[in-house]
Amino acid sequence: MNVESLLYVLGITTVVSPLALLACMGLSSLFGIKLSESVVSKLTQITIATALVPAVAILILMLATDSRFVSVDVGDWVSIPQQHFHFHLKFIFDRLSVPFLLLSLVLCGVVGAFTRRYLHREQGYNRFFLLYSLFLAGMVLSAVAGTIETLFFGWEMVGLSSALLVAYFHERESPVKNGQRVWSVYRLADAAFLIGALTMHHLTGEGDFASFVGSEPWPGGTAQLSSTNALIVGLLLLLAASGKSALVPFSGWLPRAMEGPTPSSAVFYGSLSVHLGAYLLLRVSPVLEASPLLQWIVVFVGAVSAIAGSVMSRVQSDVKSSLAYASLSQVGIIVVEIGLGYYYLALVHIVGHACMRTLQLLRAPTLLSDYHAMENAIGGRWSREPSKFAMWLPKDLQLWAYRFGFERGYMDAVLDNWIVRPFVAAFRWADRQERRWTDWLSTEPSRESDKTELHPESFAEPLPQGIKQHASQA
Amino acid sequence: MPELHFPWLESAIVTPLLGAIIAYFIRDGLKARMCAIMVATLTFAFAIGEFIDFSLLASFEAHDHWDLVTFFFNQDIFVIDELSAPLLPLATVVYLVAILATLRTKIQRFSFPLTLLSESILIATFSCRASWVLVALLSLATVPPWLELRARNRCTRVFTLHMGLFILLLSLGYGLLHFRSSPKEPALLAGALLTAATLLRSGIVPVHCWMTDLFEKASFGTAILFVTPLTGAFAVMRLVLPVAPDWALHWIALLSLVTAIYASGMALVQSEARRFFCYLFLSNASLVLVGLELVTPIGLTGALCVWLSVGLSLTGFGLTLRSIESRIGRVSLTDYHGLYDQMPSMAGFFLLTGLAAIGFPGTIGFIAIELLVEGAVEVYPQVGSAVVIAAALNGIAILHAYFRIFTGRRPSTHTSLTARWPERVSVLLLTLLIVGGGIAPQSSVASRYHAAVELRRHRENFSEVEPGTSEHAEKETHEAHQSGTAE
Repeated sequence: MNVESLLYVLGITTVVSPLALLACMGLSSLFGIKLSESVVSKLTQITIATALVPAVAILILMLATDSRFVSVDVGDWVSIPQQHFHFHLKFIFDRLSVPFLLLSLVLCGVVGAFTRRYLHREQGYNRFFLLYSLFLAGMVLSAVAGTIETLFFGWEMVGLSSALLVAYFHERESPVKNGQRVWSVYRLADAAFLIGALTMHHLTGEGDFASFVGSEPWPGGTAQLSSTNALIVGLLLLLAASGKSALVPFSGWLPRAMEGPTPSSAVFYGSLSVHLGAYLLLRVSPVLEASPLLQWIVVFVGAVSAIAGSVMSRVQSDVKSSLAYASLSQVGIIVVEIGLGYYYLALVHIVGHACMRTLQLLRAPTLLSDYHAMENAIGGRWSREPSKFAMWLPKDLQLWAYRFGFERGYMDAVLDNWIVRPFVAAFRWADRQERRWTDWLSTEPSRESDKTELHPESFAEPLPQGIKQHASQA
Repeated sequence: MPELHFPWLESAIVTPLLGAIIAYFIRDGLKARMCAIMVATLTFAFAIGEFIDFSLLASFEAHDHWDLVTFFFNQDIFVIDELSAPLLPLATVVYLVAILATLRTKIQRFSFPLTLLSESILIATFSCRASWVLVALLSLATVPPWLELRARNRCTRVFTLHMGLFILLLSLGYGLLHFRSSPKEPALLAGALLTAATLLRSGIVPVHCWMTDLFEKASFGTAILFVTPLTGAFAVMRLVLPVAPDWALHWIALLSLVTAIYASGMALVQSEARRFFCYLFLSNASLVLVGLELVTPIGLTGALCVWLSVGLSLTGFGLTLRSIESRIGRVSLTDYHGLYDQMPSMAGFFLLTGLAAIGFPGTIGFIAIELLVEGAVEVYPQVGSAVVIAAALNGIAILHAYFRIFTGRRPSTHTSLTARWPERVSVLLLTLLIVGGGIAPQSSVASRYHAAVELRRHRENFSEVEPGTSEHAEKETHEAHQSGTAE
């Protein structure tokens, strides 16, 4: 077996392992087979190992052969040759994808091991790992995607698993509402991504990254787009990245996402998912370079996000929200680095930040307990010196900044008041007009759905005879 | 014309018809359901047989072996072609799972004889080319739901007015088309009437209210079965596409796009599950029409693929809602019901079918939506993105409904809400098709592409076109067949 064949086999193994875990978990759920905690845990460990070992082997082989770019071409998944439509499955291993892949696998492995104890005997244990496997498969696919369609494939899987994990504690209303909000932002970001991808496809005729960012290994390459086209496509992708990485003005969902269990907060929002937008910008960096205006917009969005995240993280009253906004400020800085063209710095920053934030989030619950123990030992509150920088600021500005941070930058309020409410009001008005129309046609109230009980499921139980009689008399 | 090896079409049409007669005389509801299940299974087997037989023929169209209808009437009435070949298994599987998933609690409300009669009419419709028989069948299909509304003592005015108008426009339009003095004569008025009729049947805004009214008043199963096979889109394909000029089709596509967005927005503000499903379906069905009327090979291929994905996934989605409704009554979406713990497999299936409808990766809808969006962007670079927006809004609506139904505090009932075995079989069958079609989409895409090319060729043969356009279509057909042979 030559080196190329070996790399091909290793690449395929890395991609197939998480998909096999997803198939296992999905089929067992569908057939109603309840896997024991130890089986689930073992399956997860085996998957991480069978994906991580080949990924490390690829890295070693690349270093040994001084290769900067390995392409694993699976071929056309779907094609209509006459119309030049191809959905090409291709995975690439280069200086960007390999570190991100290794980071994803290592952190998912750590979080998987942590969760085994953290969610021990929890009712939704298997549900968590089903969503975890969906997330892992999505991350691996996104990391090594060689075409924009494959990246979109993984991107969507990450989005769904994230939203459902935010709503993991689904007996309570608040996590569910937050999950819905995360999903809504993700869907809009996904729409921007898809439109951007199709525009790119339309302009270059191919979905392959090499066709529009050049065949040179990352971060080299020159975009095969004019400055205007690069600006249009780049703005759409920046919008997609902003939704995924919670950049301004979509930052409101980030602290809400912390309603999920701590392991998912750590892996999804502290370390991996929140960096996926930055990863997308890194992957299409030659497109950014094709338009200086676009680069400055990227820098601006990153800088605003970093400052807003920094202000907001200082006034949060719970540790996970504070960490979430601290993550935002770091992601903002990473985006600034990308806008300025420091791609390697941004990549190193992603890896370092992701590891540190995972550690912080996993440590957060016990840290609180440690603080309590320390405060009990010293017999009072831990005193904190006020920030020297803040003391230099005018009082009004301090108050404004506090209010801005406390209200989370008013971003949710703006989105709710300016987009969601007018949207809902317009369609409710249309619904009322339809009701009038069908009532008029029917010459009677036309909607039986008005009589729907709010909670019919609570009365599905047959009532005892005495109560039934009493109810019927009433 | 090539001949199938067995009278699959006639068998698939006659079997449910006979089944309807037998079921009518069975008084016991459980026995009638068993009879309907057997008949629907047999019909499904015939439809599968037709599909396999036709695929092996590698022809664009074929008719039955021992074709009795041709023998008596001396013309090919029931003919299968690449457009309709997969629609028959789709229609029969939709009926099979709907009958299979009908619980005891719904036996008295859901009429099996009328359902089997509708199935027979639908299969006959899908086996028909443009003719008076097709017009008659499209009209006849509106009768069983109307009879059910009458039997349930519900007001039929909205349905009657809309369907009456549909039948009138359809008959007038086809009459004008049929009785033209020369085939070269422009069919502008006929085309306009046929377009209006088919748009009405498809529920395009603003003539969509009959659909919400049907979901309000008919049994959920009947309403699902009346709309999910997309008979309106079939009428567009057979009757409108060949005669309508390009500019008219592009306007219809825009109207469909508006419907798709409007319906997705309306789905988000509904407070009851049936109405929510109706708008969700309407939005997705309009996307099929968008693709059909783009008349580009990619757009048409996308539309035909979305047709299959929407047919399968939204039938599954609707049947899940129906299963829940069978247990707890009409489902309000204004609060959380917390049903996940009692029906986890149904929750999973609800999500899977909903996501398949919006083209989530790994499901049958993914490539279909990709093709459709690509086709739309190709024709309307600016507005084509609206398809993506509609899909995004539908995605938000689906998760919203999922959260409302399956999350929240667990209800206090001790009654078992777990899925029964027939429901499990239905769920597994549809899951297999949805995921299987998502993992290996090439064969269905290739087949739909051949059909799209043929559709274009028929359209160009029918209308007066510039020289060379038909040649181009012929070339496309030739290439499509070549690629099919190579595969």
